[in-house]
Parts: sequence; structure tokens; C-alpha cells
Amino acid sequence: MPTISEKILSRACGKEAHADDFVIATVDYAMAHDGTSVLAVKSFREMGVEKVWDPEKIIIPFDHIVPANNEKAASLQRDIRQWIKEQGIINFTDSGGGICHQVLPENGFAMPGKLIIGADSHSCTYGALGAFATGVGATDMAEIFATGKLWLRVPRTIRINVEGRLQAGVSAKDMTLYIIKNVGADGANYRAVEYYGETISSLSMSGRMTLCNMGIEMGAKTGIVPPDEKTFQYLKGRARDEYTPVLADDGADYIMEYNFDVSDLEPQVAKPHEVDNVSGISDVAGTPIDQVFIGSCTNGRYEDLEAVAELLKGKKVRARTIVLPASRSVLIKATESGIITTLLEAGAIIAPPGCGPCLGAHMGVICEGETCLSTSNRNFKGRMGTGGLIYLSSPETAAASALRGEITDPRSLL
Amino acid sequence: MIQQPNVWKFGDDIDTDAVIPGKYLIFNTEEELAKYAFEGVRPEFAAKVKEGDIIVAGFNFGCGSSREHAPLAIKGSKVKCVIAKSFARIFFRNSINIGVPLLECQDTDRIGEGDHIEVDFESGIITNTTKNETYQATPLPDFVRGIVDAGGLIAYAKEMVQ
Repeated sequence: MPTISEKILSRACGKEAHADDFVIATVDYAMAHDGTSVLAVKSFREMGVEKVWDPEKIIIPFDHIVPANNEKAASLQRDIRQWIKEQGIINFTDSGGGICHQVLPENGFAMPGKLIIGADSHSCTYGALGAFATGVGATDMAEIFATGKLWLRVPRTIRINVEGRLQAGVSAKDMTLYIIKNVGADGANYRAVEYYGETISSLSMSGRMTLCNMGIEMGAKTGIVPPDEKTFQYLKGRARDEYTPVLADDGADYIMEYNFDVSDLEPQVAKPHEVDNVSGISDVAGTPIDQVFIGSCTNGRYEDLEAVAELLKGKKVRARTIVLPASRSVLIKATESGIITTLLEAGAIIAPPGCGPCLGAHMGVICEGETCLSTSNRNFKGRMGTGGLIYLSSPETAAASALRGEITDPRSLL
Repeated sequence: MIQQPNVWKFGDDIDTDAVIPGKYLIFNTEEELAKYAFEGVRPEFAAKVKEGDIIVAGFNFGCGSSREHAPLAIKGSKVKCVIAKSFARIFFRNSINIGVPLLECQDTDRIGEGDHIEVDFESGIITNTTKNETYQATPLPDFVRGIVDAGGLIAYAKEMVQ
């Protein structure tokens, strides 16, 4: 019996497809950002095709190096803006609009049953809404720009069941890091993942996006939470198109199954330099930190900022703390609710919506020997600056640690 | 005497940030990107790599970001191919699409830094002349080799159309 991926890809290629089949699928939406559109547009031009297949189905958010930090970035971005105009691409959000993986769900492009391909590895985030979504490189994206199609191998699926109620101070990120620790950095390579269980159902949409976002950190092609009432509520007044929820059949064929109980899970931290190098907080508490980064496509959403503000209210941070709301809408909402004032009064820096320090491209960079605790998704060697050390955690742990200047269990402050 | 290819040996989980740091996403040619290849993890690589050298690694080479800048930087370094126990999915596609040959081989632990190896892409046989050993890699399917030989997917498609 078919999995969610088999069903979505069957619909997208127009015939019944099974795991391991190669299919040519029609893409529902394609996304590229400032970092990857540069090469995708270059390849598209090399193809000698004049017009994109459907300008309404291409979404381009500028988020990686925004606002431009030097002449070279500015000039590449100008070139892409010009191309977007020529092509009549209307779904363009310029610098400050937000991170692609927040912009797409927020604006209703991520929907159950859709095939969404992004020129960014974290495109798997849209699986939180029941889409089959995956990342590709520039040449594949150029092909999609030209034809609206992409060849794919239908992945086999790993089923992950999570039960148990997360303790106060422990959130979706902790659960996600714990899963990655167990599956490993390449444990889901070429596979799709489907998530089930009461813990998953009880996650907010924001928590589901955190979870699905990091599927790629286990190598997964996509990670999907089966759509439910929460998904439909989130999409009300937001969905761009009609959609048909796709669920797996009973007896669907999974190649592997994991079962986790997270009732006793303590906050988790990924240590340098691999995302699956995960420890419980008790092993790393007390590690001194120079910088805290709260944001990214993993944990820069309103709910994340709310959790941080709750811990920082009326207190002062000891570590340099940089907060980037995931989108302009998140920033507006956090401004209106007073969260931004709380964060500023606590001594945090509020930077414009975008990817910011996560990829070390232009701000919040750390130097040799410095340590950053980050709510992002990657702690690769040198990612935020050569010689720097990156630890990954939940927003709650990041906030508690910012206050103490060392890695701190947020449960001790609740 | 002809100088034989030289092996650059890497470990497991070599990510695309290691191949090319994010700050260099502002470059869009293989020549420019090659100047910074492996800057953070092997600072001497860009200056010392020679045409025909071979990168040998463990599991999950190319994990992380979808940036095609990573295989482009490798292509610009003029290395002959990358041999690893396994590759991350997006990196694998990207490399083939721009014409960088990849080979999966489970015996890469036997190949050391600076060994001289020869590769037969058709059979997948790797000969280590330093250690006098041979290893079997999984050869790329013919049509994939066709894409690589053409220099990438766009060139291949153009050839097909003509």
C-alpha cells in the first residue's frame, strides 16, 4: 500500500508510481532565493530558453545575504531583480520580507498533497503541511524554470512514531535533535520520513515546521507530517489553491520504523561540528558562550520569539544575543505584542528578517575560538566563521543560556 | 616522468560549508569559487591542488546545503573525480548536473593522503599504485556518464537536441 510520498508523486507524474521508480513529475511550486537563484538563472540563460514555464508558480524570496553586504552581492541581486521583472514573476519578496521557509507557508504556498521543489536544502520544511517538498541545486531548478518538470526517484519511506508529552521547557527542537541523534546524519539519506504519534499531532504548525525543516540533517529527501485539522485551520484564508489532503494507506510499506517516547526527554544540544552529535543538556551545561543566535528557518517563528521573551522578560543577557524574526509578519506581530520591546530591554540585538548569521555570510559572524549557541539547523565546522564553535539548541535553551552566558537548562529558570 | 594524480583524503560527513563557505555564495563562476575550495578545513587545498588530483572521502560526502557552488568549486579545482563511501543526495545530483564525476567505493579507508591512484570510470576499478592494490567502485550508469562526459546536463541536453 502506498505511502504519502508514493501518492503525491504518482499524482504529480500522472501514473501509479512506487518506491524506487524514476518519474518525471510536474512541479506545483518552485522556489529559489537570492543565494541560489544566481546560479539557477545563469543555467536557465545557458539553456537558451526565453520564458519560464509559469511565472505564477515560481516564488523568489531574498533572504540569504540581505540587505546586500557588498558591491558584488548588490550587483548579483540587481541582476536577479531585473530577471524577475522580465519574466513577470509576481511572487517575489525582496530583502526584509523573510526567510523562504517562512514566507512560503505563511503565504499559503505550502499545502497538503503538493509537490514543491526549492533550490534550498531546507525546502523539506513544507512537509509540515503535508506537501512533498525537497531541495535541489541550480541546474535542476533551471530545468524546472524552463519546463515545470523534474525527474525524481520515488523514495522509500521511514516511519517515525513519537509518543509522550514534552516537559515544560522542552520543545519541538529538542525532540528533533533527539531524533537526529538516533537516526544519524545520513540515516535517512535518499529516504522520505513520515511522522506519527500523539507528540507529533500535538505539535503546533510552528513546531511541525521545526521538525520537518531538519529532515535534511539526517539526509532525508523529505519529511512529512500527515495533514490534520490543525493543518486545515492554518491554511484557512491562506491557501493559494485548492488542495487534497494526502494520507498514507493502512499497511503502507515502510522500510524502517523508529519508536520514541519523549516523556522524560531533557533539553537537547548538538555539539560541534555535526548535527547528530547530540547530548542531553546535563552533559553540556556550563559551557561558556560568546554569542547566542535566535532565528533561522528552524526557530525564528513567532512562537519561538514568544518563548524567548518569556524567559528574558525583566532580565539582562550576558552573552551577545542576536534575534532575527523569520519574516516581516513575524516581526510585526512580535512588535505589536511587545515581544520586541522585551527583547530589546533585555539587551538583545534585533536584526532584519532573513537567514542572517546562520550561514556566516554577512552578519553575526564569529571568529576563531568563539562559541555561538544557535537555534538554527547546522553546526558545521566554520559555518558561522572560520575557527568558531557552534552548538544548536531550542529557543528556550538559547534564551536561558543568553542570560547566564553559558549553556543553561531552561527548566532551571521556569 | 608524468606526475600521477595525488589523493586528497577527507573523512566522513564533509559538508558543503566545508567545500565552500557561505560567504562565497556571491561568486558564480567555477574559477572564482575554486580559489576558496575547502578554505575552512584544508586551507592549503586551493593553492596546492593540481589538475587530475582526486578527492577521496568517507560516508555522506557533500551533506548540508543545496548550493551548487560546492561541486562548482570542485570542478574549478580541476580534480578528476570524487570517490567516497557514499554521497549526500542533493550533492550527488548537482555534481552530475555540472559534470563532476563521482564514484561510490566502500574501500576508501585503504586509500591514504598522497597515494597515487588511477580510476577506470567504465569498470569502476580503482588502482592504487602506491600500495599496489585495486578496489571496486560502483561505476556510474552509462547515461549518467554521458551527462558527466558532456560537461553537465545542459551541455548533454544540447547535444541530444542536435
